[in-house]
Amino acid sequence: MLAKRIIPCLDIKDGKTVKGINFLSLKEVGDPVELGRMYADQGADELVYLDISATYEGRNTFVDLVRDIAANINIPFTVGGGISSVEDAGRLLLAGADKITVNSAAVRNPQLIRDIADKYGNQFVVVAIDAKRVDGVWRVTTHGGRRLTDRELFSWAEEACRLGAGEILFTSMDHDGTRNGYPCDTFRELSHRLTIPVIASGGAGSADDIADVLDEGQADAALAASIFHYGEYTVDGLKKELKKRNIIVRL
Amino acid sequence: MIAIIDYDTGNLCSVINALHRLGADYTVTDDASVIRSAERVLLPGVGAADKAMDNLRSRGLDVVIPQLAVPVLGICVGMQVMCRRSSEGDTACLGIFDADVSRFPEEGLKVPHVGWNTIAGLSSPLFAGLPEESFVYYVHSYRAGLCDDTVAETVYGVRFSAALGRGNFYGTQFHPEKSGGVGETILRNFLTL
Repeated sequence: MLAKRIIPCLDIKDGKTVKGINFLSLKEVGDPVELGRMYADQGADELVYLDISATYEGRNTFVDLVRDIAANINIPFTVGGGISSVEDAGRLLLAGADKITVNSAAVRNPQLIRDIADKYGNQFVVVAIDAKRVDGVWRVTTHGGRRLTDRELFSWAEEACRLGAGEILFTSMDHDGTRNGYPCDTFRELSHRLTIPVIASGGAGSADDIADVLDEGQADAALAASIFHYGEYTVDGLKKELKKRNIIVRL
Repeated sequence: MIAIIDYDTGNLCSVINALHRLGADYTVTDDASVIRSAERVLLPGVGAADKAMDNLRSRGLDVVIPQLAVPVLGICVGMQVMCRRSSEGDTACLGIFDADVSRFPEEGLKVPHVGWNTIAGLSSPLFAGLPEESFVYYVHSYRAGLCDDTVAETVYGVRFSAALGRGNFYGTQFHPEKSGGVGETILRNFLTL
């Protein structure tokens, strides 16, 4: 049976792991390779590393880090943050990333999804979507949630899928960092509308929240940061809790 | 020396990194004479089977590989091109394994099949020391059906060959180089066959 995936997410700034609450206030939480290896040993199914460096130097440091991660970690990992061209994606592929995420740049230029997928395969392209509910409509945001766009979540996710996305990573900006759970109805609708896997992100506070989004929300995977970084749950501890709730996980 | 065949089907670094972690002695090559003199041969592969076959043919490796007498392991598309045919670009393949490769049926299935799934019916020295229902990592849209050469199977909507084996030839549809400790055991088993 295909297992539901649990994916710790590490935000990287200038080569170090940080975690933002509602994408603000950053706090260092550890060395990215060491932290990644610890999660892999605990049974993480994949890892996501997001580069939130603002500078050119920070971005170069990130490529070096990706090389280091690829050499040391024996499970798949995805990298993202600021990828805006096929060349950016290619550089990260060569450094050893299994997948990349595109977000703002794909909203600006949807063709980017097709271009990367044509060159490196659909499985390489994860389209990350940040959205928030405005007057009852899920509106897509860019730039870490700071800019509201005219796009609507479901139609954009379907378009990304048509253009060749291999997976969709959806973060509700209304829930991210709140630890109050995920919008399960929205995930269920996304999962029904799409023919590719959906990864749920933003909002996990407990095993119950994650079980809900994987079961009720029919997400294929759940991504979380704080609950792992602050040691509330180990990955295997969380998976045991999920198994008790009849979720199929790799233990 | 292990020859990792580089036939321009994308990225080899995950396989290279995995062998490096195991302390194996390897070389990356598309040179027929190097491949013929290797003690073991690894055929990785991502991307499309028809393109991969074109790349093997243009290097004359479609003739070299089936003649090898040392252990050969194909991974993912590397395994698929060792089968008879693939419906991906409707291409004839190397014909080592007695199986045809076709796309997953779309109805009710998310394609590609991505993530960790279990392997069962383990009947190859590749799986020495591993229990039934071990989890391995998959990313693929095409799969080989079950056949006499099936040495492990997985269920995703349909039953398919997780791994194939015939004589000195082995293939895994999943990625041992990304399958954590289970994958490392499989690669180590291959290195000591």
